[in-house]
Amino acid sequence: MTRYRVSVEIRPREGILDPQGRAVADALRTLGFGRVHDVHVGRYVVIEADAASPDAASADVDRMCQRLLANPVVEDYRITTIVPQVAPA
Amino acid sequence: MKFGIVVFPGSNCDTDAYHAVVDGLGEQAVYLWHKSHDLEDVDVVILPGGFAYGDYLRAGAIARFSPIMQEVAEHAGRGAPVLAICNGFQVACEAGLLPGALARNAGLQFISETVRVRVETTETIFTAAYARGQVLAIPIAHGEGRYYADTETLDRLDGEGRVVFRYHGDNPNGSARDIAGIVNAAGNVLGLMPHPERACDARIGSVDGLALFSSLLSRVAA
Repeated sequence: MTRYRVSVEIRPREGILDPQGRAVADALRTLGFGRVHDVHVGRYVVIEADAASPDAASADVDRMCQRLLANPVVEDYRITTIVPQVAPA
Repeated sequence: MKFGIVVFPGSNCDTDAYHAVVDGLGEQAVYLWHKSHDLEDVDVVILPGGFAYGDYLRAGAIARFSPIMQEVAEHAGRGAPVLAICNGFQVACEAGLLPGALARNAGLQFISETVRVRVETTETIFTAAYARGQVLAIPIAHGEGRYYADTETLDRLDGEGRVVFRYHGDNPNGSARDIAGIVNAAGNVLGLMPHPERACDARIGSVDGLALFSSLLSRVAA
């Protein structure tokens, strides 16, 4: 078993009204960032867990997303990084 | 008739529900701690409003895994009534007792005000004592009350007469098709964002919520 640090990005599903993202986009444009086209605000979850391989760690986190971390009705999720953790000396 | 009010850490409308049942309706109510596995033979389960588990992750996401939710799901599966109000509605959706989800209000603000809500059907155990089309004054108090479901689900809810309440006039939160409350396919689980339990006492503004409780009394055999 190796300890992995797995990062997941959860964001409002494409096509669903994201009032928070829209408000942030408006604020950015007000600040002068006129080229901002779209903003989405979601959650970033970092999980440290033991697994036999990176694939197994990814599969575990995928199940965690389906059961708790994301709501598939309104959210999409994407595992962004899977980093093995070095055991302390 | 005996009502069981589930208390999660962070519930804050549990006492309002108790007051509505005991003082408004004149029936019996008990609090059911979320860690219990005993529904204490209640006839109706109420999932009350509040911020269960601080709305961590998503409103209702963690509360749905509370121990008592197993028994609540079995109770619902037997066809027994579940009244899920506000945060309770969010919990019921997360738990799969009702379809769809409650997303962030379109206007982003937390809204606490009395709104107008129209009774769309009296063919439920929760609305038998109302008149169809009756417009009620009932408070809302939520930041995540924008009902969302895919078009197919919305069409099914409409087609099966399962949209029980709609906002009348202004839609405060951007809910799909002005939906304020829905029932499950069997008709025994009602989820709604407005707070009928806060509209059961004339001294605080409205008694329009009381008929929801008296409907249960007339339609559910205790």
